[in-house]
Amino acid sequence: MKILVCISHVPDTTSKINFTDNDTKFDTNGVQFVINPNDEFGLTRAMWFKEKQGASVHVINVGGAETEPTLRKALAIGADEAIRIDTEATDGFSVAKQLANVVKEGGYDLVLGGRESIDYNGGMVPGMIAQLTGANFVNTCIGLEIEGDTATAIREIDGGKETVKAKLPLVVGGQKGIVEESDLRIPNMRGIMQARKKPLTVKDAVDANAETQTAQFEKPAPKGDIKLVETVDELVDLLHNEAKVI
Amino acid sequence: MSVVVYTESEEGTFKKIAQEAVSYAKGIADKMGVPVTAVAINGGDTSELGKYGADKVLNVSNDKLSKFNAEAYADAVAQAAKKEGAKVVVVSSSANSKYMAPLLAVNLDAGYVSNVTELPESTEPFKVKHSVFTNKAFSITEFKTDVKVIGLAKNAYGVKENEAAGTAEDFAPELSSEDFSVDVVSVDKATDKVTIADAEIVVSGGRGLKGPENWEMIEEMADILGAATACSKPVSDMGWRPHSEHVGQTGKPVAANLYIAIGISGAIQHLAGINASKTKVVINNDPEAPFFKNADYGIVGDAFEVVPKLNEKLKEFKAQNG
Repeated sequence: MKILVCISHVPDTTSKINFTDNDTKFDTNGVQFVINPNDEFGLTRAMWFKEKQGASVHVINVGGAETEPTLRKALAIGADEAIRIDTEATDGFSVAKQLANVVKEGGYDLVLGGRESIDYNGGMVPGMIAQLTGANFVNTCIGLEIEGDTATAIREIDGGKETVKAKLPLVVGGQKGIVEESDLRIPNMRGIMQARKKPLTVKDAVDANAETQTAQFEKPAPKGDIKLVETVDELVDLLHNEAKVI
Repeated sequence: MSVVVYTESEEGTFKKIAQEAVSYAKGIADKMGVPVTAVAINGGDTSELGKYGADKVLNVSNDKLSKFNAEAYADAVAQAAKKEGAKVVVVSSSANSKYMAPLLAVNLDAGYVSNVTELPESTEPFKVKHSVFTNKAFSITEFKTDVKVIGLAKNAYGVKENEAAGTAEDFAPELSSEDFSVDVVSVDKATDKVTIADAEIVVSGGRGLKGPENWEMIEEMADILGAATACSKPVSDMGWRPHSEHVGQTGKPVAANLYIAIGISGAIQHLAGINASKTKVVINNDPEAPFFKNADYGIVGDAFEVVPKLNEKLKEFKAQNG
């Protein structure tokens, strides 16, 4: 089985969010970048398939050279090869077009991505890859087994879950549950050393215009101070008369 | 030309998010000077959609669509949008709508922006505000495409009554066997409880509750308020509560009107998941807990003393106020 894991290079959760250039660009100054958590769940599941069922695992990212340490980390975790598509990741649709092109060329059986990235939260790339390549698609996936050319997946729905079956090729938007957080892997020294020798191919981008563009970023208005209360009577009164939520 | 809106329903009843989506579509349609067409798939009685601003309802009745299927639904909505010559298609932010929307955008060769929080500030060029960085910022994004797909953030716009004709018309999209290549084998849904996705109020417990046996008072509060129960990540990791209740960056996002956090210190990943909630209440015995900096109201106190008293007070309040 040939697996491609889409890796988004995102600011660590604890990063301070600031903007530059008249609030039109994200300020990367002092920001630590990591593998998008939802993608990391998918990467770990791919490792599981590799070890238990046999699979080759490639990781891919659309971005500049600054994203390579994130791809190297994925290689250190155990992926076999990395691909970087050398263009700025603008909107989700154009990223999906770049990735779909590689998926078609590479003949992947399974493409794993996160249900959304924790930076732009667009939640569109895996679904768009599936639609652009004609593959089946399962989103918010919390369980995945593959036997032969058939996948059985469990997906989270509002208020429950559902089980689906689909033939490969399949694109999955994964999240916590596809593996547990306790199963995530930290690269060890051997993995880090091996990762340096694994292939990281830089590919030219195909022609794919962005469909949307950020005009301006804004930060939410600063939050007022908390009202600390002494009694439950006071709290209920405030929730009813001031906040008007009960 | 019209604004097309997909209206989600369950067992023949439209969800509140469908009412909100129609209200929002009406807001856009008024700005553009065009009518609203709602697409209802096995939606039952569609007459109510007129109340929120639907001028026309395209009514799809098809047994094959009795279970949600992202590809088939995306195909049906895309065909409706094309039939109506829609430049704007509005969908909700449920798990199913977010599953369908990217497929729909590709079908229509449309730009797609999710988590939209307000009406577009302008329609030429078409710019919408949406939350990014897990609600730590907003982006004003401009569409470059002729057709636009907008995913409305839950609870962001509200349900607004705006009486329109709501004339129903049958619509039979052409569906192929490829639309059904992801086969839904079984659906396992908790039907007797308010879910986090639908809840206006969420009552959430953390490690401060010391063990799963103490969740009775959380459930009691949820019952009184008609709320959903939720929990912090350590609580679901320890198996005290199911993963489906885990709220946070890698868990469920919550955009409730009222979020009550009990015995939750407020790790940054948890706060990221609840930022979109309107009013936040924290009950914690540690006055230094980070949650106190992010909430609107708080009580510093032992949950085991405060919560039973609060439950009694809420019962009294409900008895008096209904």
